[in-house]
Amino acid sequence: MSALLRHRLVWPAAVLAGLLLVNVIFTDGFLSVQIRDGHLYGSLIDILRFGAPLILVALGMTLVIATGGIDLSVGSVVAISGALACLQISGLGDQGSVGGVLAAVAVALALSLALGVWNGLLVSAIGIQPIIATLILMVAGRGLAQLITDGQIITVNSAPYKLIGGGYWLTLPFGIIIVAAVLTLTAFLTRRLALGLLIEAVGGNAEASRLAGIRSRGVLIMVYTFAGLCAGIAGLMISSNVSSADGNNAGLWIELDAILAVVIGGTSLSGGRFSLAGTVLGALIIQTLTTTIYSIGVPPETTLLFKALVVTIVCLLQSQAFRAKVFRRRAAPPAGRPAAEEKKVGVPA
Amino acid sequence: MSVESTAGGRLKAPVRIPQKFVPVLVTAALFVAMFAAGGVRYEGFATGQIVLNVFIDNAFLLVVAVGMTFVILAGGIDLSVGSVVALSTMIAATLLKDGWPSPPVIGLVLLIGTLLGTGMGAIIHYFEIQPFIVTLGGMFLARGLSYTIGTESIPIEQPTFTAFAQTRIDLFADLWISPSVLIAAVVVAVAAYVLHYTRLGRNVYAVGGGEQSALLMGLPLARTKIAVYGISGFCSALGGVLMSFYMLSGYGMHAVGMELDAIAAVVIGGTLLTGGSGYLLGTVLGVLVLGLIQTVISFEGTLSPWWTRIVIGLLLFVFILLQRLITARRR
Amino acid sequence: MAAPAPILRMTGIGKQFPGVRALDGVDFRLMPGEVHALMGENGAGKSTLIKVLTGVYGIDAGEIELAGEKVAFSGPLAAQRAGISTVYQEVNLCANLSVAENIFIGREPRRLGRIHWKEMRRRAAALLAGLDLDIDVSAPLSAYSLAVQQMVAIARAVDVEARVLILDEPTSSLDADEVAQLFRVMRRLKEQGIAILFVSHFLDQIYEIADRMTILRNGALVGEYHISELSQVELVAKMIGREIVELERLEGKPPAPSGGPLIEAEGLGRPGAIEPFSLTIREGEVTGLAGLLGSGRTELARLLFGADHAGSGSLRIKGAPASLRTPRAAIAHGVAFCSENRRAEGLIPDLSVRENLVLAMQARRGWTRPIPRRTQDELVAKYVEALGIRPADPEIPIRNLSGGNQQKVLLARWLILEPRLLILDEPTRGIDVGAKAEIQRLVAELSDGGMAVLYVSAELEEVLRLSHKVEVLRDRRLVAELPNDEALTTDALMEAIAKGGRS
Repeated sequence: MSALLRHRLVWPAAVLAGLLLVNVIFTDGFLSVQIRDGHLYGSLIDILRFGAPLILVALGMTLVIATGGIDLSVGSVVAISGALACLQISGLGDQGSVGGVLAAVAVALALSLALGVWNGLLVSAIGIQPIIATLILMVAGRGLAQLITDGQIITVNSAPYKLIGGGYWLTLPFGIIIVAAVLTLTAFLTRRLALGLLIEAVGGNAEASRLAGIRSRGVLIMVYTFAGLCAGIAGLMISSNVSSADGNNAGLWIELDAILAVVIGGTSLSGGRFSLAGTVLGALIIQTLTTTIYSIGVPPETTLLFKALVVTIVCLLQSQAFRAKVFRRRAAPPAGRPAAEEKKVGVPA
Repeated sequence: MSVESTAGGRLKAPVRIPQKFVPVLVTAALFVAMFAAGGVRYEGFATGQIVLNVFIDNAFLLVVAVGMTFVILAGGIDLSVGSVVALSTMIAATLLKDGWPSPPVIGLVLLIGTLLGTGMGAIIHYFEIQPFIVTLGGMFLARGLSYTIGTESIPIEQPTFTAFAQTRIDLFADLWISPSVLIAAVVVAVAAYVLHYTRLGRNVYAVGGGEQSALLMGLPLARTKIAVYGISGFCSALGGVLMSFYMLSGYGMHAVGMELDAIAAVVIGGTLLTGGSGYLLGTVLGVLVLGLIQTVISFEGTLSPWWTRIVIGLLLFVFILLQRLITARRR
Repeated sequence: MAAPAPILRMTGIGKQFPGVRALDGVDFRLMPGEVHALMGENGAGKSTLIKVLTGVYGIDAGEIELAGEKVAFSGPLAAQRAGISTVYQEVNLCANLSVAENIFIGREPRRLGRIHWKEMRRRAAALLAGLDLDIDVSAPLSAYSLAVQQMVAIARAVDVEARVLILDEPTSSLDADEVAQLFRVMRRLKEQGIAILFVSHFLDQIYEIADRMTILRNGALVGEYHISELSQVELVAKMIGREIVELERLEGKPPAPSGGPLIEAEGLGRPGAIEPFSLTIREGEVTGLAGLLGSGRTELARLLFGADHAGSGSLRIKGAPASLRTPRAAIAHGVAFCSENRRAEGLIPDLSVRENLVLAMQARRGWTRPIPRRTQDELVAKYVEALGIRPADPEIPIRNLSGGNQQKVLLARWLILEPRLLILDEPTRGIDVGAKAEIQRLVAELSDGGMAVLYVSAELEEVLRLSHKVEVLRDRRLVAELPNDEALTTDALMEAIAKGGRS
């Protein structure tokens, strides 16, 4: 039992369960899942469906963060990928042509991949800090996306494309299937093959990894490329779901949500051990939080306040300095100053 | 002063040209080149008013970027600035609508911004959490607070604010500026003085150069680190006030992404993102370059506004690469 | 007594760390106007003593008197205010600020509340001139060599009205001219009556500059001597001492190896790290590397592993020219390197014992060819058993193991690769006697099996017990190669280290 409590996924899982519980109380039939017209329907399915792009982006982000890096550009890549796919599809004579849609998807994903390689090269070959290296694409990428869409919102009317983000396959929303596939693939590459070990080694101690003969440069390029690809797929999903591409707003701030999901999922921002399951949990928490806020009738504009609260609490709990200070205080409460200090820093939390 | 150098000889710094000015000079040259190119290409471009307009349209960004310069010089980063700007416009608009007079409104807004910044600084320092994450939380918080106050844009009709928005301060020869530019100029001057002539300013550089060293040299690390975030919070709030002069409205969606513009301005201005090196003048030039890009793109009728982002991204890339080369050579 | 009263007196200092007695009843005194060397090998307690003195650590026993008054500092700052300044090897200044600022930051001359730059530069130049240093004080500190930076640090320390100046390994990265310059500054300060505590691993430097010395060994005081009353050989003997714990004897001297040359280094060197050296290691041969700390032991080992780029020279492996530009290349050639710095260069603390153990093998195979879990478990079980790694649970994070067990895991990481040359840099440092003996026995077995071993150790007994031949390093130079025959004793080895060759 105590071993279970110490497991690092316990707290995220508990938070998610709590959120779901709140929903069960406030929404009738929250847990019911039904089959209508051969499709699965229900609030839980919706959370998964709407959360799918975030889970994808967060999966890519997990590996990047595990190497001790960060990728700020994923939001821009989301926009670029959706924009490029929609642009090509809108140019097709027959928007329903499966071949044309597949080609468009392939081109969009290839570009996402290339953007990921670019980030990886900046970080590993040139040696720029990850935050700064990916900031470049974060800024320029929005412009690129709008350049692709020519500042318009490109609307497409393509059944095959719609399938990616809004369709169903085997009664399941297609997005969930994609997430499941990517998750399985990631888990296979990192846990079944040895990529995960090398990533964790590089993030845990870069110099020791070098001396153990790990090609850390290759590992870095790989994780940024993977993050780019994940963001590209997420971009397709988002634009497919609304059958349009908006270079300005698609994937706005998804990088922050993704980083948050990773951190909530127990992967430390300083790199090392990562947990794919934790990230999925983290992303689901964020998505459920949004759903919950709607369902319990809190005005949706306070979503960000809750998020701020969650970020702060999770990060404080992860901070060793915080734990040390709090526990010391509990053990022997010293007089005066520390309490005042705590109050002061409590305000902006 | 005649110092007889004994054995060992005179040790000269290997580089006589002050290398520390190179990045700022590059930015200045870039600005001049852009201005000249614009003047050649477009009629009515090479006028003083064009430069002044850049200031008028970017006074709030300039003030925000000044705060960001402090944070980045000290080796940190502040993602919350755009949200704090929005929150400030929102608070100001709401209180003014409720009939508050303007001085206490402005005072309160500035106080809230400063407190927010100070609080984030304290968390960063005392709990040793990365500035990126803490200020990300601050960004969510400030944006969330402004949405909580209201989701619609609130117009400002209060006379003092409208007066600030509409007054033209005439300079010589048909040139004019807005009061906001004057305020921004004062902020820049004060900030430059603080950075260059006070202990706080020098401590900011020292902390950015190496926290451990600064601590061992006996400098007040906690005070300095918290102060820079406080200053950034204050500047963001003041930027918010200037923005409400400019927009004459409070809106939760104001200044979305302004943190990126501010960071870009600072980097293009030649300040190292790793901290400890850079000048406020560079930041001013950085803001000017960003503003001038927009002006050029608007003059070039066929170029779409999104080119701004792309060009800024490219400039960022070039300048970061340049910084990388400079630091690599130094080693 | 003609000698003046000591400015600093430490008596009966004791300091306990979890599991280690770092200092035990150490006495130390420092006279005004003297340069006093603090001597001792790694782990002797030098840095602990300095840290205790400057308030980084508290003391468990004893007392510290400064100018006759009992003191206890809360930290380096408090010590500095009381007149005890420290200058470290890695200069703790801000390289991005100007020289003048580095001297005055925190107490800049001000006029009307603003920093008076002109006055600051004038005073900085005057201060440096007093140290025979004539440089542009408005240039950033980063524009100058490490030696100048060090002197700027000293200038800062002195201007804070230091009565005691601690120089902790200031010379370890300076060249001869720079050292001479530093010594001029030290003499100047000495004339001004400042007491200087000097730590260096270069014996010649100690004999050139110091007046007296205090020797520590294993956290205890060996003695305080005038430089003139102790020869270099005696000094080395006192520093290294005799190993009191009698380890299980390995039978006799190891038999001479029969294999051909495995690695031949020709003029291999790296500026600032180690002078060009030539060295041949044969198959099945254990080559000991002896020398004091800072003599270039680790630097030599790192060059043979490709951990650093060689500035000059060439390398042949099994007769074929080889270029070891990265550790990866070295591993491909069958070279393995177990770093002395476990924490920074060996362990991945968060990963489990099993993962740490298979890391190098996995890196060699590449990530697409995972080691089957069963093979991993077998390998781990085998080495946990063979090396006696405890606790025997391979799934716990390696950071939870003791130093000795961590070392064994890292050793196993390389052994499963079955390297042709295993470089062990201080493999027995900081681990208990039992683990030490096991590791030594293992080395002997490996070499019997045909593996070549380069064994770096500060403990001469250990080097002598294991090696077929001993390479002696001194002041970053390979000064002698001694076959480990009957004539080679610890005394002879000490003399070689002290004098730079067998006499």
